[in-house]
Amino acid sequence: MTMVSFDRRPEDYRHWRLRIEPPLAWLEMDVDENGGLVEGYELKLNSYDLGVDIELYDAVQRLRFEHPEVRAVILTSAKDKVFCAGANIRMLAGSPHEWKVNFCKFTNETRNGIEDATENSGQIYLAAVNGSCAGGGYEIALACEKILLVDDNSSTVALPEVPLLGVLPGTGGLTRVTDKRRVRKDRADVFATRPDGVKGRTAVDWRLVDELVPRQEFRQVVEQRARELAARSSRPEGTQGIRLDPLDRTVEDDRISYPNVIAELDRTAGVVTITVRGPQGDGWLLAMTRELDDLILRLRTNEPELGTWVLRTEGDPDAVLTAEREVLTGTDWLSNEILHYYKRTLKRLDVTSRSLIALIEPGSCFAGVLLELALACDRQYMLDGPPIDDEDSEERATLVMSEANFGAFPMGNGLSRVESRFYGEHDHLDWLKRERDRHLSAEEAVELGLVTEAPDDIDWEDEIRIVLEGRAALSPDALTGMEANHRFVGPETIETKIFGRLTAWQNWIFTRPNASGPDGALRRYGTGQKATYDRKRV
Amino acid sequence: MPTRIDYDAKIPNNVELSDNRRLQRALEGWQPKFMNWWAEMGPTLETQGVYLRTAVSVGREGWAHFGHVVPHDYRWGIFLSERDPDRRIAFGEHQGEPAWQQVPGEYRADLQRLIVIQGDTEPASVEQQKLLGLTAPSLYDLRNLFQVNVEEGRHLWAMVYLLHAYFGKEGREEAEGLLFRNSGSPDTPRILGAFNEETADWLAFYMFTYFTDRDGKYQLGTLKESAFDPLSRTCEFMLKEEAHHMFVGTTGVDRVVTRSAELIREHDTMDIAAHGGIPLDLIQRYLNFHYTVSLDLFGSETSTNAANYYTSGLKGRWMETRRKDDHQLTEDAAMLDKPQPDGTWASEEMQRILLLNLDLRGEYIADCESGAKRWNKILTEAGIDFSFRLPHPGFNRKVGINSGHHITPDGTIVDAATWERGRKHWLPSDEDLAFVRSLMHPVYERGKIASWVAPPRQGINGKPSDYEYVYL
Repeated sequence: MTMVSFDRRPEDYRHWRLRIEPPLAWLEMDVDENGGLVEGYELKLNSYDLGVDIELYDAVQRLRFEHPEVRAVILTSAKDKVFCAGANIRMLAGSPHEWKVNFCKFTNETRNGIEDATENSGQIYLAAVNGSCAGGGYEIALACEKILLVDDNSSTVALPEVPLLGVLPGTGGLTRVTDKRRVRKDRADVFATRPDGVKGRTAVDWRLVDELVPRQEFRQVVEQRARELAARSSRPEGTQGIRLDPLDRTVEDDRISYPNVIAELDRTAGVVTITVRGPQGDGWLLAMTRELDDLILRLRTNEPELGTWVLRTEGDPDAVLTAEREVLTGTDWLSNEILHYYKRTLKRLDVTSRSLIALIEPGSCFAGVLLELALACDRQYMLDGPPIDDEDSEERATLVMSEANFGAFPMGNGLSRVESRFYGEHDHLDWLKRERDRHLSAEEAVELGLVTEAPDDIDWEDEIRIVLEGRAALSPDALTGMEANHRFVGPETIETKIFGRLTAWQNWIFTRPNASGPDGALRRYGTGQKATYDRKRV
Repeated sequence: MPTRIDYDAKIPNNVELSDNRRLQRALEGWQPKFMNWWAEMGPTLETQGVYLRTAVSVGREGWAHFGHVVPHDYRWGIFLSERDPDRRIAFGEHQGEPAWQQVPGEYRADLQRLIVIQGDTEPASVEQQKLLGLTAPSLYDLRNLFQVNVEEGRHLWAMVYLLHAYFGKEGREEAEGLLFRNSGSPDTPRILGAFNEETADWLAFYMFTYFTDRDGKYQLGTLKESAFDPLSRTCEFMLKEEAHHMFVGTTGVDRVVTRSAELIREHDTMDIAAHGGIPLDLIQRYLNFHYTVSLDLFGSETSTNAANYYTSGLKGRWMETRRKDDHQLTEDAAMLDKPQPDGTWASEEMQRILLLNLDLRGEYIADCESGAKRWNKILTEAGIDFSFRLPHPGFNRKVGINSGHHITPDGTIVDAATWERGRKHWLPSDEDLAFVRSLMHPVYERGKIASWVAPPRQGINGKPSDYEYVYL
């Protein structure tokens, strides 16, 4: 199995060209057919695999941090007559189940990131669809604020997954069509069952695209529309970006370490212990977030069998609160970017299909922004007693809630993690708010409902071992389903629908013989033979 | 299904259009749009009458009527071959089932796409040849040009009929789109590349009708095998008309070669440009260009679309019913020659079903060879030591496995610089094109002919070759 790295630099992009022309940026897709991440497929017609999307993710990130001067981003293709053919089918057909699902998840997150940039960074995305645009290609366009389609009387937008591949548009296609673009459901049905898609006037009338542009004027109109979007952007003038330098990461067989984050891999137990360090200097929150984000992605992609992640912290809770205040109360663009980036990283954790267990011990710093990590976990265990290796110590574990825990980092369902934890319990939430900015003992944490259990130092080691071993014995599939279910209480949003409903359905469809069996649509695609379907409706 | 065509109807047809009022209304709505397109994009040269062939019956004998018609008044209509009530599907997973008289819902989008692409090529060639009438070498040639043009228009009608009759509102929209796209238009070009190139001179026209229309013949031949019977019957009749277009190409190139041979003998030099003839090596360069552009129309050598169409029964092989195999092709293998980065050729074994475009192209190439043989025979008989050759199928290709490689006409893989140095020996240069254009002066006098081309051996429909085919 190839180890996937998420390190990219615009100078080395194989599949994208990023051009900065303030206040605009051009992000042009030009997929290298022979640049697939894994052997066995060619990325024809601007089709993409994980490697292509990693570059897109990198570009979207860099635009936010390195280019505050960019107010609108034009996402288009550098190829003639084709915008993007979507996810590469041979790649999907040849990939193991978890790879397919993980791929869908990551591409979803990248799309969400594009929408987040438009909404929260004033970096507004415009899709300039300059040729045929199918499946995931149209989903990239759907992530943008506006979609312009070239009017050459043959270019179409299409979601052909259902009729051609027997699967669903895996990066939120169906949901974005109905919920975001508010395409009428009957039309959405017609659209998503047509292998050839919709073009021209009809695409505009059905709201699948916003505007048609004649071929010769295309570039000019695209630029004009992008300038109009840029003009309404909230991005401040006259600021300098910061460079996102390569991460300082050491990878060993059983350990991945960064200055602020360390992961210890126990392959026998199927457990990763992730330790996040508290502030050790300036710029901690951004540096830690980048490292954590990278680690989540690496573990998710490269270590599918390490099913339980234990989250720990080390450091001074008050230093965390100080560092957090600087950013939370900051009114500059960079503080805003850091907050939203941390929000997105927490969301990545929320949708990660691993059992997440927080261990709160003496010497930890689960305060404010870092308490969010514990609240993102499925269970929290807090040691009610001295450090295990020093029973004479006076040191005790504490938790601190701060402003950061009450709305600064919403989950995909639009709620904070404490609101999700105490859904509909308004009195309890008011009580919690009153307990902000105070070191809470294990006993108090139990009383306030912030932890699952608080074993003492005599029970601690056994208790934790049993929890982890017990977890490892359960069906990973059932756990994935259960956790995703429990983590997202309350209202549905476009995001929860995409990750919850769609990925669950997609997960199911991906394992069905109609899609993935030897005669299924994904396997048969491109062979010239038709798929054989089991006609029973389940 | 009558074999005679009803010419009393507003739209001549043999599909009992008068019994289907809705379809009739729809097509009568399209008719004036077509006439506008013809007036705007059709031949520039106005005439008082052209001696044209018009279909009167789709039966085997005596299907055409000849007479002088003003092109604008030509009776374009809808003609399908007779229906074989017992016809069965010859290939693919529906093999043996009765042919479809209606579009199966499952294949609606694919069939529509196939028909739109075929339909899009028909008006394209009229547009490409729009100006040629202004430089016709004789009234006979002018007549042939118009014949080809009105029949391309007829073929457009054939595809539009299918779109209107079987594909509902969307089909009607696509039918309008066929008139809306224009060859070479920067905004709304024709779908296939070759149909956006211009046909600037008459040698190009002969080459086009020989090579590019012949591609059309083979494409129609595969659609004629379709399980969708109305498409099959439409194409069968179109093939009958198409034969004349290729006749124009074959005899056109014959006559140019004959004339060049005469001039070579007369002046005892191969360099006949100064004597108003087209040198043989220049003809070879035209041939190289038109042949290779036409090869591109067959699409990529390996094609899953073609395989899907085959499995579904939408599009068969050339002469499918005469092939002696299982008509499924999932188990058979075939070889594909591929250029390698190291400059050699490698042969790869692949599933036959993925190589259907290559199969069709093979039939086409064999057919094209017969042209080269004909033209060489003219030279041999004139005692001239020169022979025309079809270049290697990898030469000058923009589509498929050879695109991106630099392959010479004899099939050697070379580097980009070497190829560029050879280009002017292999493909028409700007000077070549300018020279041929300099010969293109109209000859509209009855019985006269331009200096660079020989007169036809015989006239049309038993008329003498100096007949007044066109009233100007």
